[in-house]
Amino acid sequence: MTDVMSDVSPWAILIAAIFTSNILLTNFLGMCSFLACSRQVGTAVGLGTAVIFVMVCTTAINWCIYTYALVPQELDHLWFIIAIAVIAAFVQFVEMFVERFSPKLYHALGIFLPLITVNCAILGASLLMITRHYGFWQSMAFGLGGGLGWMLAIVLIAGLRQKMTYSDVPQPFKGVAIVMIITGIMAMIFMGFAGMVKI
Amino acid sequence: MIFLWSILVLVLIVVGLALLLTVAESVLVNYGICIIDVNASEKSLEVEGGQSLLSGLVESKIFIPSACGGQGTCGFCKIEVLDGGGPILPTETPYISRAERRDGVRLACQVKIRENIKVKIPADLLNVKLFNATVKSTTPMTNNIKEIRFSLIEPSEIFSRVGQYIQIQAPSPDGPVFRAYSISSAVYETNEVELVVRLIPGGIGSTYLHNLEVGDPVEFTGPYGDFIFDEDPETELICVGGGAGMAPMKNIIKSMYKEQPDRTCWLFFGCRAKDDIFYLEMYEEMAKQHPNFHVVYGLSDPQPEDNWEGETGFIHLSLDKMIEADGTKRQAFLCGPPPMIDAVTRVLQTKGLADDEIFYDEF
Repeated sequence: MTDVMSDVSPWAILIAAIFTSNILLTNFLGMCSFLACSRQVGTAVGLGTAVIFVMVCTTAINWCIYTYALVPQELDHLWFIIAIAVIAAFVQFVEMFVERFSPKLYHALGIFLPLITVNCAILGASLLMITRHYGFWQSMAFGLGGGLGWMLAIVLIAGLRQKMTYSDVPQPFKGVAIVMIITGIMAMIFMGFAGMVKI
Repeated sequence: MIFLWSILVLVLIVVGLALLLTVAESVLVNYGICIIDVNASEKSLEVEGGQSLLSGLVESKIFIPSACGGQGTCGFCKIEVLDGGGPILPTETPYISRAERRDGVRLACQVKIRENIKVKIPADLLNVKLFNATVKSTTPMTNNIKEIRFSLIEPSEIFSRVGQYIQIQAPSPDGPVFRAYSISSAVYETNEVELVVRLIPGGIGSTYLHNLEVGDPVEFTGPYGDFIFDEDPETELICVGGGAGMAPMKNIIKSMYKEQPDRTCWLFFGCRAKDDIFYLEMYEEMAKQHPNFHVVYGLSDPQPEDNWEGETGFIHLSLDKMIEADGTKRQAFLCGPPPMIDAVTRVLQTKGLADDEIFYDEF
C-alpha cells in the first residue's frame, strides 16, 4: 500500500457511493440480508437505517484505529481481522446501548442489529476505504454514502417485491430467483452511471 | 519480531474490546431486581431483571407451557402482560391473533424483564408443579405404542382434571426440551401418572420415553389443559380416538365411571389392523359393569388373518351409523390425526353437536 492520499472531494465520494458505485449493486456486498429482509418496505427501511448508522460509525472507528494504531506500528497486515472484531464489538455495544436508553428505537431496529454483524457491506466499506487511500472525511463520506446507497437499493427492491406479489411470476422464477434477476437488472441500470464520478 | 508484535497487538485489541463490552454489559444491561405482579397482586415475585419473562416465572416455580425451550417457535407460552412488557415484537406476531393482541397476550419467552411487570396467569397454570418421578412400568401395547407409568416422588401427589396433559422433559443435543403428553391414568390415581406413547421415528420425546427402563428417574411439569368436562349425568359422552389417540380417552372414561357409573358413553377407536388394537379387553370388561358404556373399535384395513367381525372402514363412518341425531345433549372429545378430527367433526355437526361441545387434540 502506498501512502498517497486520494484527492477526491468527500462530496463526490458521497454522491458516488450512493449512485455510481453503489456498494450493493456494483460490488454485490451485503447480498444475504438484502435478499432476506426485502419483502416489505417497512422492514427494508429499518434495516437500511441500522446499516447507515453502523457503517458511518465503524468506518470512523476503523479509520482511526488503522491510521493511528496500525500504520505507525507497521501492522497493517492485521487490518482484516481487527476490522471484523471492531465491527462485531461495536454492534454488540450499540445493541446494549439502544436497548437501555431507547426501547422504542430498540424495538424498531433490535432484530436487525445482530444481522448487521455479518453484513459484508459493513466490512466492505471499512476495507475499501483503506485500499482507496481515503482520508478521514473521505472515509466518513464513503461510509455515509455506502450506507445510503445500500438502503436505497434494498428499499427499491422491497418496493418492487411488494408490487410483485400481484404479478404473475412463472413458477420456476418464484421466490429468490426472480429477486436475483431483478437485482441484476437494477445493477445494470446503475451501471449506466458508472464512470461519471471517479472515486 | 514482527510476528510476536502482531500477535500481541491483536490480542491486546481483542481483549480490550471484550473488556469494554463486559463493562458496558454490567453497566447497561443491569436492570436490578424487578417485580412480577401476578393476577393483580395475588402473587408478587422478585426476579433478576434482564432475563425473559418465561425464565423469570420458571425461577419462581410458575411453569408456563413451552415446548421449544424459549426460542419463540412453539407459541405455547402465551400469557397476558398488562403492564411493563414493551411493544409486541416481530418474533411474536406470527403466534398472536389480533384479538389476543388487544388483550395484551404475549409470548412469555420473548418478553424481556426490564422493569416491574404486571401479568395475568390463569389459575390453572399457578397449580402447575415440577414433578420428580421414577418409571414404575413400561408395557408394549402394539409394535410401536407403549404404556408408561411413573410413580411420583416429589411432590408425591398430582391433582389434575379430566383430559389434562403433562410436559415431559427429554434430553436433546441442544439441551433439555419439553414435550406434551396426555395423561392416561384416571384423575383419582393421584400417586401415579400414566402415558400412552407412540414411537415416532426421530422424535425426541417419544424416543426418550420408549427407551426408559423401570426405575429410571424422570422430570415433568403439569397438569396443563383447559378441557372442561361436562359433569351433567344426562349429557352423553362421545370419545373418538385414532392411532395413538387413546391416552385422554382412558383418562376420561375411567375417571368418569368412578363417579357416575350409569352415565352413557360411547368410545369409538379407529386403527388399521388387529395388530394395532389395544385396551379392547379392558374396555369390554368395563362395558360389562357399566351397561351404558358402548365400545366400538373399527379397523380401516383389516387383514384376512385378523378374522375381524367388528366394524370396518374409517371410524367416522361407524360413528355416523351408530349415533342418531335425536337431540340428546352430548359432549365429544376427539384425539387423533388431523384428517380424522376433520371427518369426525363434520359427522358430529350433522348429529346436532355445536362447536363448543366438540373438543379435540390433534397430533
